[in-house]
Amino acid sequence: MINPSAKTILEVRNLTATVAGVEILKGINLTVRAGEVHAIMGPNGSGKSTFSKVLAGHPAYEVKGGEVLFEGKDLFALEADERARAGVFLGFQYPVEIPGVTNSAFLRLAYNTVQSGRGKDELDPLEFDDLVREKMKLLEMNPEFLGRSVNDGFSGGEKKRNEILQMALLEPKLALLDETDSGLDIDALRVVAGGVNKLLTPDNACVLVTHYQRLLNYITPDYVHVMSAGRIIKSGDKSLALELESRGYDWLLDDKKTGNKAVV
Amino acid sequence: MATLLAGSDAVPKSPAAWFDALRAAALERANALSVPTTRDEEWRFTDLTPLTKLQVRPATAATSLIAADIAGHALPEASARLVFVDGILVPQLSQAGPLPAGITVLPLAEALQSHAVLVEQHLGKIAGDELFTALNTAFLNQGVFIHFAKDAVLKAPLHLLFVAAGQDVAAHPRVLLVAESGAQGCVIEDYVAHGEAAGLTNAVTEIAVAPNASLRHIKLQRESPKAFHIGTCAVSLGKDARFASQAVTLGARLSRNNLAILQQGEGIEVVIDGLALIGGRQLADTHTLIDHLKPHGCCEQVHKTIVGGGAHAVFNGKVFVREGAQLTDSSQQSRNLLLSDKARVDTKPQLEIFADDVKCAHGAAVGQLDPEHLFYLKSRGLSERAARNLLTYAFGAEIIDRIPVPTLVAKLEKLVMQQTGEKAGDGA
Repeated sequence: MINPSAKTILEVRNLTATVAGVEILKGINLTVRAGEVHAIMGPNGSGKSTFSKVLAGHPAYEVKGGEVLFEGKDLFALEADERARAGVFLGFQYPVEIPGVTNSAFLRLAYNTVQSGRGKDELDPLEFDDLVREKMKLLEMNPEFLGRSVNDGFSGGEKKRNEILQMALLEPKLALLDETDSGLDIDALRVVAGGVNKLLTPDNACVLVTHYQRLLNYITPDYVHVMSAGRIIKSGDKSLALELESRGYDWLLDDKKTGNKAVV
Repeated sequence: MATLLAGSDAVPKSPAAWFDALRAAALERANALSVPTTRDEEWRFTDLTPLTKLQVRPATAATSLIAADIAGHALPEASARLVFVDGILVPQLSQAGPLPAGITVLPLAEALQSHAVLVEQHLGKIAGDELFTALNTAFLNQGVFIHFAKDAVLKAPLHLLFVAAGQDVAAHPRVLLVAESGAQGCVIEDYVAHGEAAGLTNAVTEIAVAPNASLRHIKLQRESPKAFHIGTCAVSLGKDARFASQAVTLGARLSRNNLAILQQGEGIEVVIDGLALIGGRQLADTHTLIDHLKPHGCCEQVHKTIVGGGAHAVFNGKVFVREGAQLTDSSQQSRNLLLSDKARVDTKPQLEIFADDVKCAHGAAVGQLDPEHLFYLKSRGLSERAARNLLTYAFGAEIIDRIPVPTLVAKLEKLVMQQTGEKAGDGA
């Protein structure tokens, strides 16, 4: 939902970043306001996943230039955990398995850590159990997943549901969902996307990083951006995603090579 | 050697001549041996020099403790609890039952009279004759005899609590456990400290499991950071027996855990779980031996260490598959987590296979916490420290969670959570 007078949640200016000395992001500019859904698409290796990890504070990436403001404050002044408590959420492409820690204990620890970081009350195990079961209904998750180890032995779809469950609990201002749709069958995609839709409000924002247009049939983006070689080379509305679906990426890359200016 | 033999002349005579002879032979053996050095293959990574500098001798009386001193160590699930303080059985602190029919738990001295034949048949026959076992036998005066009669079932575990309290005490506790055919039960050996005294615990446990019997042996060692702990558990298993060993090492300045399992019959199933969580200047050495003598045996072993500060963990896992022990299925995993640059692990799987139709797998891994795992937890708001502690805890929880005694699991989880924080911090 576009509301030009809404508060700016994320302001990315000329961001450059490297991993192991190789420049992956070569000058990203992006403005995300409250209530908006942005989709970042692009071919493999374009830097779109890197972008979401840099914003979340992954230690393997080094920010070289530019700046990022989150609700007007310097995002890079915060550690990854501080960003999470401030309201940045990264839905992982490959959620990590943690045998030995039950999902319920992990979810409660994350929830209470973020709550207390925001000056709110923590919940005891019984109170939390009520809350988490309520949120699991959003994602049609079996409560049995509470008693299992975090993501351990979960299918791809179950892991992604568990990611969105964490988003539901942590109530981020900015959700960065990295390839949340990849590897999901259509039923799982419908459920996961439905869960995300229910969590979107006029006060928060979502950046979907995706390789496939299919996800956007379920979550309607306000903006679609195409990344290539570490830059956003084209931005448009949801019709751009459909155009990409029918024409692929090559025409955009060709435009770029011949020096035609991308419409931003 | 003289320091370790101090007080051997004060061991009281027993009413059984064979028993006196057993001790005398062990004393002679101990006198003939010298303390192993790192030139001995079995002690390559574990330097006993600090132990030889200790002036220890057996206690003549147990340090006086009251019930409140050990209340924190109680396990509500236990069917009975025997408490040894400084190696001496303290009946006032113990709770002898009630135990179901067919289960006998007695001080060894009593069993020498009431169960003379059984004791003579097994005592000193299962454990070998290396130095520390010989020393334990030479000093043998205090111990416990546990007997599970044919088909007797003990649902609640037996709790043997060994409290090290006195300064410069050498305790040589001995456990002899005989499980007859079809019997089933669980025994917990729990080594704790009262205070921070330096001393030596040199424990020997001998276990004879008859055909088709099933036994679980849990050992928990959390002695003081100044203590020395040498423990040997030797197990002989008959046809179709099932045996599980779960050992958790948290304490002692220097500890050595020996576990030797002899599969004497066909179709035996064994599970061995080990966990050592150490930090500071601690050294924890575990040596295991699983000896498959007959066909259709299986053994599944996982040994984990979590090593912080400047600590040093050692693991040596021998698996022997003898000629004729066909269709043996034995697996061994050694997994080690280093929490600091100065922490060290030496792990050595040692498989010797003399049969041609067997399945034997082994693996050893030494690593640090995975940065991707840390990032995942931090992205959910957990601080670096909280994330490290949780992952370290989770690594150990795989072993702890398999212990079927809920209050012990809860106690260990709390202890491990607490210690991961402390031990990760040491020297980091």
